[in-house]
Amino acid sequence: MKMELIQPFINAADAVLAQALQEPTTIGAVSMEEEAYRRKGIAAMVLVNGDIEGRVIFDLEPKAARVITSKLMGTDNPDSDEFVPEAICELANQVIGNAVTVLNDQGFNFKVHPPEVHTAPRGIGNSEDTEAVVMCFETATGAVFMNIAMRYNRRRKNDGD
Amino acid sequence: MEQFAPLVRSKDQRPIRYLVVDDSIFARKNLAKMIESFGGQVAGEAGDGCTAIAEYSRTQPDIVLMDITMPQMEGIEAAERIVRQSPDARIVMVSSVGYQENIIAALQKGARHFVQKPVKPEVLYEVVKYVLGDSATASQAEAAAGVTP
Repeated sequence: MKMELIQPFINAADAVLAQALQEPTTIGAVSMEEEAYRRKGIAAMVLVNGDIEGRVIFDLEPKAARVITSKLMGTDNPDSDEFVPEAICELANQVIGNAVTVLNDQGFNFKVHPPEVHTAPRGIGNSEDTEAVVMCFETATGAVFMNIAMRYNRRRKNDGD
Repeated sequence: MEQFAPLVRSKDQRPIRYLVVDDSIFARKNLAKMIESFGGQVAGEAGDGCTAIAEYSRTQPDIVLMDITMPQMEGIEAAERIVRQSPDARIVMVSSVGYQENIIAALQKGARHFVQKPVKPEVLYEVVKYVLGDSATASQAEAAAGVTP
């Protein structure tokens, strides 16, 4: 996976998290993952198709998820934990939407699907051309993981060859 | 949340009535809080484009805040259908996907403005004021009391 695809997601996550938490975040470990995704906390998945195809999983440690939900709601505590998955979906939607905006303005066309709560402990395995990049954003309240598995659509790839 | 000088309808000084359309309950709840801080009233909510059309007819809101990426029917198509039925409808697209192509498509279909998520209340307030134009005024009593802006 090329950096030109990943960088807009890193920038968007950094900006959206910093605004949600009202504090800067630190980008921690970045790794490549070839095996099936293992969920770490409260996770949301967004599917993308078009010139670029794949999925992004946004996964927060439970404490970080609750704190971010509270901040987004402008309260000390969320009214109920039922809003936490909803809030993480909305956060994922904002990060992916902002990243896609940048990529689209660079000439990539694709469709973003509404986020879904990702409840399975493990995701599907990655294929050879959709190996995932996993990055960790460290916040004062816990870690936020973003797992990106994407590939160029063959039609687009061939056009560029 | 920061309080703004309440926006009221110029014709009867009643609160502005909003229709909030977003497939995320969380996003709707957040927008409802902002609307409250603008002195407005949520006239109706919808989680997809089809419901938005029906809710628009039922509630006849002063303004619609419409997401783009939604199941069943997306926001741009819903905006187009609402404007076809009610050419005076004031629709503001509120979406995280803010690329030019999308914005142009929304404006061509009749939306009046676009706000990118994450929504900043002060930005949305100014957009709502701009879109409503002469049909809304900032409540004089509150403005005199020094409420933002």
